[in-house]
Amino acid sequence: MRMMSGAAMVVEALKDIGVTHVFGYPGGAVLDIYDALFAQDTVKHVLVRHEQAAAHMADGFARSTGRTGTVLVTSGPGATNTLTGIATAYMDSIPMVVLSGQVPSMHIGEDAFQETDMVGCSRPVVKHSFLVKKTTDIPMAIAKAYYIANTGRPGPVVVDLPKDLVNVQEEHPYVFPDDVTMRSYNPTLKGHNKQISKAMASLTKAKRPILYVGGGAITAEANNLVTQLAEKLNAPVTCTLMGLGAFPGTHPQFVGMLGMHGLLEANKSMHNADCIIALGARFDDRVTNNVDKFCPHADIIHVDIDPASISKTVNAHIPVVGSVDKVIEQLLERMGDIDLSDQKAKLADWWEQINEWRAVKCLNYEQGDEIIKPQKVIEAVYEHTNGEAYISSDVGQHQMFAALYYAYDKPRQWINSGGLGTMGFGLPAAMGVQFAHPESCSVVITGDGSIQMNIQELSTCLQYGLPVKIISLNNRALGMVRQWQDMIYKGRHSHSYMDSMPDFVKLAEAYGHIGIRVDKLEDLDDAMKRCFAEKNKLVFMDILVDQNEHVYPMQIKYGAMDDMRLSKTERT
Amino acid sequence: MRRIISVLMENAPGSLSRIVGVFSQRGYNVDSLCVAPTSDESLSRLTIITQADDKVTEQITKQVNKLIDVLRVTELADAPHVERELMLIKVATRTDIARAEVKRNVDIFRARILDVTAQHYTIEITGTSDKLTAFADVMKGCADITESARTGVCGLSRGDRALRP
Repeated sequence: MRMMSGAAMVVEALKDIGVTHVFGYPGGAVLDIYDALFAQDTVKHVLVRHEQAAAHMADGFARSTGRTGTVLVTSGPGATNTLTGIATAYMDSIPMVVLSGQVPSMHIGEDAFQETDMVGCSRPVVKHSFLVKKTTDIPMAIAKAYYIANTGRPGPVVVDLPKDLVNVQEEHPYVFPDDVTMRSYNPTLKGHNKQISKAMASLTKAKRPILYVGGGAITAEANNLVTQLAEKLNAPVTCTLMGLGAFPGTHPQFVGMLGMHGLLEANKSMHNADCIIALGARFDDRVTNNVDKFCPHADIIHVDIDPASISKTVNAHIPVVGSVDKVIEQLLERMGDIDLSDQKAKLADWWEQINEWRAVKCLNYEQGDEIIKPQKVIEAVYEHTNGEAYISSDVGQHQMFAALYYAYDKPRQWINSGGLGTMGFGLPAAMGVQFAHPESCSVVITGDGSIQMNIQELSTCLQYGLPVKIISLNNRALGMVRQWQDMIYKGRHSHSYMDSMPDFVKLAEAYGHIGIRVDKLEDLDDAMKRCFAEKNKLVFMDILVDQNEHVYPMQIKYGAMDDMRLSKTERT
Repeated sequence: MRRIISVLMENAPGSLSRIVGVFSQRGYNVDSLCVAPTSDESLSRLTIITQADDKVTEQITKQVNKLIDVLRVTELADAPHVERELMLIKVATRTDIARAEVKRNVDIFRARILDVTAQHYTIEITGTSDKLTAFADVMKGCADITESARTGVCGLSRGDRALRP
């Protein structure tokens, strides 16, 4: 049995789990752990400039790999600064472990310097949390944290470590647990056979089926299975904002993203379907629009690993609790016994109808000669990256453009804060992606509002030589807020306008990077070439785009899924 | 509709606050809450009385079940069950007639007098919530209620149905 300090145990446990990167920021309560980190180089520590960014980096790392992201911060403000990042991960079911320092046990509750009740503060936005009480409990708490974070429906877990337990002066026996099973935690993975049979009957009977695929399909690494299922059934597939990439964006059966800013053909197909199979999607309000008018003709099969997601907003006719991969395997196994050769003929009318909706070409926009349209920029990024880049997005209009105008063929390629909608997420997330995939192209699509919410991380990028490509759609306004103000508040732009933009080129240069400003359409292509040719440097592209552009299509509030505006003047 | 949510959970620090958190953050109401360790000290049994329709009740049980520390959750009121609540009630009596009336009602309700002083009776009564409320109303009629405390309901299913770890 090895003897070591609590701080060494923290690092040793991370090694035993196989953690490669820790994103963090030192401070009083975690100095012992930082000292233990210093003594080794198996676990790489990334020094951020703000703890919120550490959480988003760990999040981007996790989203792009499926491996749990790790954050290490000190007590008090260090811990509370991570809360937005934790909530972001929680809403999107991203595996993350946050190790937070805490004041010494004997001072907990005394309002000690840099004390906050981190377990209490984070409670509503974590999957679980631990306040460690004994040094010898550290390995078990950390092992359980990683197990909980990345099994079942993943999520963030906080481990709060009082300073006296990690004291480098005291040594205790270190035992890494072989087994972390808990009697109170056993996620159901396989679907119930009876439910599988019901789902099969409904799917094979359907004349207008659709696969509605969410982030759960990506978590379960079920993308190939989704494709197999879709092809067997010859059914159209729509993905949620979180599910993009779970089915190839260039596949002929893909009808695009659905929901508030979904494609006409996706929302129409949903609304008119007679059978919807939801695969790891949760009928979010940004998808359903008015739930009372939601898909009136459909039998709804809801496959989700989290029973609480089923029938939460929309009633599921056939609930199937299980992980998306296991359930599709079960379905495919059953399909082996059924003749599905007539699916093509059976769904011919359905596809004819869908192709009529597609012919509306709802993503068309008018690109004039001079002012750059934001959509054009995304298309250019797609072209210049061959559709193969990791695209991390911030939150706002640019996020929707990036979701709609870039076709994601692979899972984990599209990284965005879907549930919480966290501005400032994009840059640190793209940095996490870059750490996980040093050889790949990591792009941030952002805007002049979002980028300023975590811009300090440009400094971290310089320190670690991260060649992230920042594509900022600069419209001198908070575009999505402005769009709603145009549509709902008669164009009263209350505080959505910024007339004090920094010179982003100089700013990038001040941080030691390359800045390129583009304000004319004719310069866009060359600038993109220059940007993506810089393999080893961060490039900040400040692209001035049309301030008055709106994101369309857009669902009309209180309507059905397919009640949509198609442009400023047209609607369904 | 009145529901009795019964929960078997790890007797660990923070477990209770997580459950209460689910109720407050998701907007479910709590009429009463009763919690204590079970005969197996590593487990706690918690009973919550809430008002909810079928859909909300389903969500409550699912959301509570989702907590890592929770082993089992059930709604007791939709099947045969027994439920009890305990109330301690202190009443001030100024006249002999009042004292006799209190004593008589204590007998009728099968309550018990725990403490007697010249001016006060402290009474223990166990039963369904309705019975406790009825007793408190009767006491109001014959004495002044100085203070009272109720434990909240705790309940179990009838027969062999049980929450087993």
